Amino acid sequence: MLNHLWIVLALPLAGAAINGLLGKRWPQSAVNGVGIGSISLAFLAVTELVREFAELPAGQPAMNSYFPWIIAGNFRVDFALRVDQLTVVMLLTVSFVGLLIHIYSMGYMAHEGGYYRFFSYLNLFMFFMLTLVMAANIVVMFVGWEGVGLCSYLLIGFWFLKKSAADAGKKAFIVTRLGDFGFTVGILLLFWTFGSIDFGAIFAKAAAMPAESMTQAGILTSICLLLFTGAIGKSAQLPLYVWLPDAMEGPTPVSALIHAATMVTAGVYMVARMNPLFSRAPIAMLAVAIVGAATAFYSATIGLVQTDIKKVLAYSTVSQLGYMFLGCGVGAYAAGIFHLMTHAFFKGLLFLAAGSVIHAMGGEQDMLKMGGLRKKIPVTFWTMLIATLAITGFPPFAGFFSKDEILFSAYAGPYAIKILWGVGLAAALLTSFYMFRLVFLTFFGTPRFDEKKVHVHESPKTMLVPLVILAILSTAGGWFAAPKFWGGEDFFHGYLQPVFASAEKLAPAAELGEEALHTLELQLSGVAVLVALIGFFVAWWMYIRRPKAPENLAKSLHGPYTLLLHKYYVDEIYLALIVRPLLWLSTNVLWHVVDEGLIDGTVNGAAHISRRAGGQLRELQSGNARSYASWVVIGAVGVTVLLLVLWIRMVP
Amino acid sequence: MSAVPISYYLVLSAILFGLGVIAFVFKRNIITVFMAIELMLNAVNLAFVAFARAHNQLDGLVFVFFVIVVAAAEAAVGLAIVLAIAQNRQSLNIERVNLLKF
Repeated sequence: MLNHLWIVLALPLAGAAINGLLGKRWPQSAVNGVGIGSISLAFLAVTELVREFAELPAGQPAMNSYFPWIIAGNFRVDFALRVDQLTVVMLLTVSFVGLLIHIYSMGYMAHEGGYYRFFSYLNLFMFFMLTLVMAANIVVMFVGWEGVGLCSYLLIGFWFLKKSAADAGKKAFIVTRLGDFGFTVGILLLFWTFGSIDFGAIFAKAAAMPAESMTQAGILTSICLLLFTGAIGKSAQLPLYVWLPDAMEGPTPVSALIHAATMVTAGVYMVARMNPLFSRAPIAMLAVAIVGAATAFYSATIGLVQTDIKKVLAYSTVSQLGYMFLGCGVGAYAAGIFHLMTHAFFKGLLFLAAGSVIHAMGGEQDMLKMGGLRKKIPVTFWTMLIATLAITGFPPFAGFFSKDEILFSAYAGPYAIKILWGVGLAAALLTSFYMFRLVFLTFFGTPRFDEKKVHVHESPKTMLVPLVILAILSTAGGWFAAPKFWGGEDFFHGYLQPVFASAEKLAPAAELGEEALHTLELQLSGVAVLVALIGFFVAWWMYIRRPKAPENLAKSLHGPYTLLLHKYYVDEIYLALIVRPLLWLSTNVLWHVVDEGLIDGTVNGAAHISRRAGGQLRELQSGNARSYASWVVIGAVGVTVLLLVLWIRMVP
Repeated sequence: MSAVPISYYLVLSAILFGLGVIAFVFKRNIITVFMAIELMLNAVNLAFVAFARAHNQLDGLVFVFFVIVVAAAEAAVGLAIVLAIAQNRQSLNIERVNLLKF
């Protein structure tokens, strides 16, 4: 398998092609067979690949190079794939969560038109995502990067007859493109600096470069900041996060797979992948950490007041992505990647469970019109509760370990910034509150919908099985990286060590001894759990004990409440500051003046002149033979006179 | 016997050609126009012969034969066209043959 990495990519691509080209006339079972079969086989291929990789001597990535793709002078891009420990983690997460969500989609999309199209896009997405994580150079990575963006666009706008869905697709594409511009420039700068775009070569050369400092920023900082711009767009961080909440227009499995579990984490993966560069550029690290922490807090505040169940989860995703960046920014790449993995489990689960709720409610997404669903859809309720406990960071669920490691690194890690720890902790409080608010509003209390009209029913087995599997992973997934004093092995950290070794070597030594660090980590965990409990109790008090409280609070804090409800008016501000002026410029200058005036004017002008000239000249064609003869005579006389003149001037 | 200078022939040829041109442009009758063409051809023939004689070369004479042959062919075709026009238009006025225009 390690010599045939292409198989992992070929399977989903073949599935996408077959379903896309032929699936229209096929029954759903055939589409299922192709769509899910290809992903299952890809997952099996990945597990075999991981098994073989484990037998290799440690520290060496497995490389496969297929063909030279672009050669221009000394610029050379090979279509090459690479597997190292980081890739393995991503491959397993992406292919397994992807497989579960494919299975879930069978049930969720069963009554939707365009079934084959959905699975074709989903398979295509898997192909690009796997390309992204297996790329051996940054250009192939960029192919995957853009490819997942394309699939995201296609799937957000899956119900393309709905204008809001089509608009959301466009918004996602355009906003991420802003970041991608920085990313492309970053790639150019990488090549310009290192003379290569291959990860191995870049990292080897970067290792020989001196680390830059806060006061001496150089080329590495510029590269990292530009690459991070791409990550900001793709992973929906401040200020380019606006597309992700709108992306919830897509079908729920898409939100789970693309806009929670995998694609949006591509930015985190990229930053972790480039860790030898980032760890040499402290300013870039600081930027990553600050943007991450700020986003984590900021979007959590918006999540507090949203009433659409998927919107809450969307802002929660933005917030959790912020945590991952915070982890990377304080040098705890392994923690960031670990949070990426556990987040894929529990946020995938949250979205799938939300999808199950929406399915049960017959398409209703407004939590204010739900309530009391606990008894009616018990499997959904219990799995969602587990995911909620995981995301809010209660031990022993997965999110507890990953989030705590990030917060601990922010407090006492090599690049610790204690303020960011505080921000992260505040975000954790808000997370706990809005997640339990979601659970209480949805599953507890009295039903706030017409029970005669809405026939609440548990989802089919194809949807429940993925929920249960993800719930198990959300519960137990944390133990991969449980630190020793919790009784775990911290297997995860050790496994990824070869990838982040060079970064860790650069890190300043910890001030505290190991024992003291452990005590500190325990204390910080205690604080985090306490904070999560506070969030839980506030939510409980507000939504179970005193159901009138939220209303009163909204009234007494009218200003901040409206501000949050309208998401800080950021969409409106962008509309006024960027979209409108751009539209005005495009319409009044580029369209009416440049296009219509200059470009059309030139073309039409040329046509007009030749037509007028032709109109004049055709008068010569009178049909009168004698006039033609006259012209011939005039011409002959003219030529003769000319010759005479020339002759006279030459002779004397 | 002193030879007539070549310029005499050339001037005569030019006068004949000029008459032909003037007749071609100003006459309305197709037959007359036709004759004007013949006149121009023969004016050119005269110049050719004169040059051939002056330079003692046969090329000019050969050209003249070609011109005579072409003129004969042209007379045959041209007169046929003239007959066709006369039947079609009931007139030999060249002004009325003006369909070939834009």
